[in-house]
Amino acid sequence: MGAVVGVPAVLIAYVRLGEGLIGKIKGKKQLNVRPWLWLFPAFILLIVFLIYPVVNTFILSFKNASSSSFVGLKNYIFIFTNHDMLIALKNNLLWLVFVTLLTITLGLLIAVLTDRIKYEAVAKAFIFLPMAISAVAAGVIWKFMYEFKPKGTEQIGTVNAFFTAVVPNFEPKAWLFNPPINTYALMIVYIWMWTGFCMVILSAGLKGIPNSLLEAARIDGANEWKIFWKIIIPTMSSTIIVVATTMVINVLKVFDIVYVMTNGTLGTEVIANRMYKEMFNFHDFGKASAIAVVLLLAIIPVMLVNIKRFGQRRG
Amino acid sequence: MNTAGAKHNILVKIVSRGPLNLIILLICAAWLIPSFGLFVSSFRPAHLILSTGWWKAFKSPFAFTLENYSKVLSTANMGRSFINSLLISIPATVMPILIAAFAAYAFAWMHFPGRDFLFLLVVGLLVVPIQMTLIPVLMLFNKLHLTGTFLGIWIAHTGYGLPFAVYLLRNFIGELPEEMFESAHLDGASHYTVFFKLVLPTSVPALSSLAIFQFMWVWNDLLVALIFLGGNPSVAPMPLTISNLVNSYGGGWEYLTSAAFISMLLPIVIFFSLQKYFVRGILAGSVKG
Repeated sequence: MGAVVGVPAVLIAYVRLGEGLIGKIKGKKQLNVRPWLWLFPAFILLIVFLIYPVVNTFILSFKNASSSSFVGLKNYIFIFTNHDMLIALKNNLLWLVFVTLLTITLGLLIAVLTDRIKYEAVAKAFIFLPMAISAVAAGVIWKFMYEFKPKGTEQIGTVNAFFTAVVPNFEPKAWLFNPPINTYALMIVYIWMWTGFCMVILSAGLKGIPNSLLEAARIDGANEWKIFWKIIIPTMSSTIIVVATTMVINVLKVFDIVYVMTNGTLGTEVIANRMYKEMFNFHDFGKASAIAVVLLLAIIPVMLVNIKRFGQRRG
Repeated sequence: MNTAGAKHNILVKIVSRGPLNLIILLICAAWLIPSFGLFVSSFRPAHLILSTGWWKAFKSPFAFTLENYSKVLSTANMGRSFINSLLISIPATVMPILIAAFAAYAFAWMHFPGRDFLFLLVVGLLVVPIQMTLIPVLMLFNKLHLTGTFLGIWIAHTGYGLPFAVYLLRNFIGELPEEMFESAHLDGASHYTVFFKLVLPTSVPALSSLAIFQFMWVWNDLLVALIFLGGNPSVAPMPLTISNLVNSYGGGWEYLTSAAFISMLLPIVIFFSLQKYFVRGILAGSVKG
């Protein structure tokens, strides 16, 4: 527990001592040295944890498993030809399309619907709550939801019990074990976690539409459906893009849920989980690095759009 | 009678706007049931979890127990992990925020060559996915014997949290009124005093949102812990311990349900007590890489 107090104490002492030393320097030199005292801790950590590793990973991606010799583009060729890698790439693409579309659609739908009720805050809190939970806990929650018992025995998993009760002659399913349904079962967990995030941002955007605009349209005789498509969607387009780009980046990096629930077996592999396996199960740092580079290259264009938009929103 | 009448009126209102309310209630139910089912199950005896649905817990004979919690805390390392999660999350929240605030102060209120370029570099680092850094950092940690230590994971989380923290705090601190700094310096206050007596106290809104965001991020993190604490159960935080439980007790629902809820306890308390800050932190964090 000492660290809880000790860590900030060390940092504060660093600045205090540093400022004391700088105070002894005379004249203009003082002004030249001071900024670096305040920037130093941040930059040393940024160099060690981000700048150096990015360069190093890039180099390692052209080397063999133990990083002892260069192998050219072999690791990249592996990524785009290996059977398991292709499954991972295909799944990430499916995740990208379905999860992004569904979280945004559901988030927008819930934002628009709850905008019309009195208990808006409570309803939104329920939807947003999974955001506070770790992906690991969410994985446990949904493994329990998907629990499977053979037909005829009592179902303890909510999903199978629900369908058995509602659909006549329903065959209970092992949702996490049957491809291709298992990949979609994992996506549902992610959608459950992230819809609240989309809802919160979209709801904030929705509140930003001036009421006079909506009233004017209503007076002109536009129905709610028309108002949604002709006014709400166009005015919110930039917010929707921010949410979409953020979701695309999150989904590209999806790891925890897959790792905990299926560990990528039975056709559920995704890029980030595959990278973990190359790193720790197969000890192939070359291939793992190449996978990371591919991930970075996929993220950069989306992220640039996001930062630009974010900057505009602030400005 | 009056309250009953008022309740009746609300009921009438709800029914009259039937379809809309019905849809919202169904969505809310769909979102709550997964967590609720697990929560109920965590208080049921093991043999009942495995043989009957959790919804049957509300029919007699009622059978609730705290045994799952005492078992998972004593035998499955969850008690230790809870402490570990605290020991990891608190310094890994304080460190990046303090270090980022130092840098943000320099970026906002000091003049030096290359300032804009360096700030742009920090913002640029937001695009880097953690995966891109894992192998070199792990190699370095192995050399320095930092794998499996608290110190290692603190500085790792600090490094990864910095770009966003610097970016956010630079924007906030940069917008503080210039006169505040001028009059302080005229009074002979040092940069040390200005930073701790003026900048930090006036930045509390930004600092608290950032703190909650970073804390939740570290508390719920699996990947960084998995890589840098990997094989050492004595330092494992809860997500790591639970993911190991999932592997070793595939169907041991009495362990998994209670363990998952122990890990959700603190985030849920934070969520309900500081929802405003939490939402703000999440909103601001939407660009984190």
